[in-house]
Amino acid sequence: MSGRREDLEPNGSDVAPGVIDAPEETVREKIGGYLLGLVFATLLTIASFYVAGTNLIWAPSIPIALAVLAIAQIGIHLAFFLHITTAPDNTNNILALAFGILIVVLVVAGSLWIMDHLNQNMVPMDQMMQMQR
Amino acid sequence: MSTSSEAVPQRHRRDIDPYRLGRGYGAAGYGGRGQDATGRGAGGPASKRVIVGFGFWIFLLSDIVMFSAFFAAHAVLQTATAGGPSGRDLFDPSRVALETAFLLASSFTCGMSAVASSVRNQLWTQVSLLVTGVLGTCFLALEAYEFTNMIRSGAGPQTSAFLSSFFAVVGLHGCHVTAGLLWLGTMMAQVFVKGFRPNIQRRLLCFNLFWHTLDIIWVALFTIVYLIGGGR
Repeated sequence: MSGRREDLEPNGSDVAPGVIDAPEETVREKIGGYLLGLVFATLLTIASFYVAGTNLIWAPSIPIALAVLAIAQIGIHLAFFLHITTAPDNTNNILALAFGILIVVLVVAGSLWIMDHLNQNMVPMDQMMQMQR
Repeated sequence: MSTSSEAVPQRHRRDIDPYRLGRGYGAAGYGGRGQDATGRGAGGPASKRVIVGFGFWIFLLSDIVMFSAFFAAHAVLQTATAGGPSGRDLFDPSRVALETAFLLASSFTCGMSAVASSVRNQLWTQVSLLVTGVLGTCFLALEAYEFTNMIRSGAGPQTSAFLSSFFAVVGLHGCHVTAGLLWLGTMMAQVFVKGFRPNIQRRLLCFNLFWHTLDIIWVALFTIVYLIGGGR
């Protein structure tokens, strides 16, 4: 990366491809991006509702399939609607997002894990009632 | 003081590493003000639009972290029905699908308002914001209808831990949508009265981020609460 003149130019090549006011994108292209995101999100939503009510899939795997579809749809929303990209001026947004995902995973997965173990170790409710008498 | 940018030969300017921290802002040839602040990358400091977007994104992530606590509580308590009705008895998948369609469509029209405001088109900005608001109101109406129906049939938040956490997480999302609708109305008025000034454009950007994030939370919500919870 030598310091070419274009590299030093603000708003030259240093603009995220998804940034809404990037000069090289026409209105038609911007609308096309949102339409593409809408199509992907709609397909994934339909797939989610179909998977939830179907008998075609082995029943215990349905929650996993739903989680995968939801994560895919969240990715589509981030890329096409929120314009989170790999461009240099988006690095901070990506890092903040990564940290947010870390905290969310810790909170949700940690709660489920801990509460599941507590439930397994707990005295069954009828025995507990006996002990309290 | 006077030996600023003119003194630097053209050849040296080209050799400056744009990603080196502490690169003199003025020395790169932008007005030659000779600022020596650290942390400026290529092209000097980021534009205010980028900085405002980043700050609001931090807020949205903190909001998502707060939602994750509600989601964790609901996921833990999903089977704690205390003999009351479960998700399978209560949830209507077709109504949830309709709510999802309203919110997804409103996210799209919100994006259209961003496109329209980027070319400073007053009419289409107002129209797409209005459609966004109408779709959001339809979503809220369906949710209110669901809540009142459940409470009337004796499945209110005090019935079981499952229903407490259900009303908490869905209600919190509904509160966010309500706040978003108030903000949307404010933005329509501001765009109408003040036009597409840079600060109004930045507020529109923040509103767009907020509305799209609400849709992301709804994706997690209909998956965890309604689709997975409806099978229990």
